[in-house]
Amino acid sequence: MAKIASSISKQAGALLNWFDDRLPVSAFWNNVMTGYMAPKNFNFWYYMGSLALLVLVIQIFSGILLAMHYKPSAAEAFASVEYIMRDVDWGWLIRYMHTTGASFFFILIYLHMFRSLLYGSHKAPRELLWVFGMFIYVALMAEAFLGYILPWGQMSYWGAQVIINLFGAIPKIGEPLTQWIRGDYFISDATLNRFFALHVIAVPLALLGLVLLHLVALRENGSNNPDGIEIKKNKDAEGKPLDGIPFHPYYTVKDVFGVGMFLILFSFILFLWPEAGGMFLEHDNFVPANPLVTPEHIKPVWYFTPFYAILKAVPDKLLGVLTMGASVLVLFFLPWLDRSPVKSIRYKGTWYKVLLTLFTIAFVRLGLLGMAEGTPAQTWEMRVWTLVYFMFFVLLFFMSPHGKTKPEPDRVTH
Amino acid sequence: MKKIAKILFFVILLLPLSSFTVSASGGAGVEHSGANIADTSSLQRGAKWYVNYCMGCHSLDYMRYNRLAEDLDLSEDMVQMNLNFSNAKFADTMTIAMDPEQAKAWFGKVPPDLSLVGRSRGADWLYSYLLGFYQDETGAWNNTLLPNVSMPHVLWTLQGIQTPVYRQETNADGFTHEVIDHFELTTPGSQSTQEFEETARDIAAFLEYVGEPAKLKRKGIGVWVILFLVLFTFVAYLLKAEYWRDVH
Repeated sequence: MAKIASSISKQAGALLNWFDDRLPVSAFWNNVMTGYMAPKNFNFWYYMGSLALLVLVIQIFSGILLAMHYKPSAAEAFASVEYIMRDVDWGWLIRYMHTTGASFFFILIYLHMFRSLLYGSHKAPRELLWVFGMFIYVALMAEAFLGYILPWGQMSYWGAQVIINLFGAIPKIGEPLTQWIRGDYFISDATLNRFFALHVIAVPLALLGLVLLHLVALRENGSNNPDGIEIKKNKDAEGKPLDGIPFHPYYTVKDVFGVGMFLILFSFILFLWPEAGGMFLEHDNFVPANPLVTPEHIKPVWYFTPFYAILKAVPDKLLGVLTMGASVLVLFFLPWLDRSPVKSIRYKGTWYKVLLTLFTIAFVRLGLLGMAEGTPAQTWEMRVWTLVYFMFFVLLFFMSPHGKTKPEPDRVTH
Repeated sequence: MKKIAKILFFVILLLPLSSFTVSASGGAGVEHSGANIADTSSLQRGAKWYVNYCMGCHSLDYMRYNRLAEDLDLSEDMVQMNLNFSNAKFADTMTIAMDPEQAKAWFGKVPPDLSLVGRSRGADWLYSYLLGFYQDETGAWNNTLLPNVSMPHVLWTLQGIQTPVYRQETNADGFTHEVIDHFELTTPGSQSTQEFEETARDIAAFLEYVGEPAKLKRKGIGVWVILFLVLFTFVAYLLKAEYWRDVH
């Protein structure tokens, strides 16, 4: 037995050598996995990145299978989704993977971004890492919006109607621009067709490219950590960071555990509560698209509602669109708005904790208000939280250079 | 201090949340139906009521007779003899022959296909809707959930005819208006009140099932998937703990 085993491992080694002479397989593996030293003090927040990558794979995999049965035509789209739900073997599972995956993608990305606000992961030298991440986020929003039209239900239709009409607020070119986007005078078969093309090819390609850039930029400087200090400042005789551990096997095995925890939650929604009370799959979207009947209450899916609330908070349409655009755009500049000498919230002092708490409340409240019917009282509340949302960035810019800080430790803490 | 801040955080976050939760299936006048799609005999009765009383006008375009047989523990003969009144083959969908043009002339609008009404409205709404028909002062059919509904009360022979008893209500602005206090059964039907509630519940359950036939299996599979994942995650945790023993 031992003889056979050693023979097999010899053969495998020879095969690897053959490849290494032609393609840098081992070098690459060593570079990004075993030789990459990651800080040893990652906590809960550091699961989100690898999990978002997992959901990206789930979305591509389930998306390919859905595209095999889905018909991107106004006449057949709704029925083809029901065909998937009823007649395709395990079709319901594939579709729920995709719908649950979409919402979880945003949950993970929001937590991933929040981690950066906690520990200052966007600060030098990781500004580009953050900016690529923001491009991923915007691409993801586009992907979600384009995909939402495909089931061709009432919310698909009227949600797209509302969002596309936002472009109509732009003076002069607004109207022709909306026609150019729709490919028609109203949302129709032509719109559905092009949205399908963009959803399954264009945006996913852009997403993959951006994710690659995000990862290359990550490996260049290595991960930040909850203490926000650079582990490369303390190295041993061999030049390895004292507070670093090889990414593989330590974090691969830890992430497997994270994947397990995540999949439990994911499966709970997928199998037991796929509509999530109308949050992940909206009730009105089980009614076929009807251009003649406007639903009582049009609202986007939950992950867009904070921005939708900001849009509704502003009385003027054009100003509202611009404010909403600014609320996303301002995030791109976070690395340069945060001028604090320290990265992590642990050493930033009370002023930042107060700011971040208010910002988080504002974001969540705006999300809830964006789903609501919109009474006058709620509109006023939206205005307050919109102001708080933007004030976070203004105050961050002016307070961060002067705000009280605590001394950072030399080595990471537990 | 930290604790107080955290508590305050969640209080502000969730405080007026209750005022937002207006779901499509909720709203005024919707009662708890108690519909249970795991109860196969309830689904069978619901199917019987549906094909006899509803399917003259409301198709189930995405539902197949053979799927119905499989899921409801019925044989091909039973379905073809008792539930399929058209020439449709066993594997066909449950379409109807009514001409939409004529339907529009008769009812004012085309009766919608109800394949997915269990998902867009929910069983509780359907149950309350079926119980909410009454005869108003003009002698026309009306409904508590859909005022001035164009659909007649097709189950009236079962339920009988109920008429509303009004009471005066004064709202915050000082205006007085009439609201329905309760119903009186002025003409009895062939079923008792309890029996009719059972009928409405069966139809609601049947439509909930038709909305998503996979729901019958989905939950059972899900429990096993989650149990496996719990085991997997436990092993993954042990593995992680073993690897991380030397990290200090």
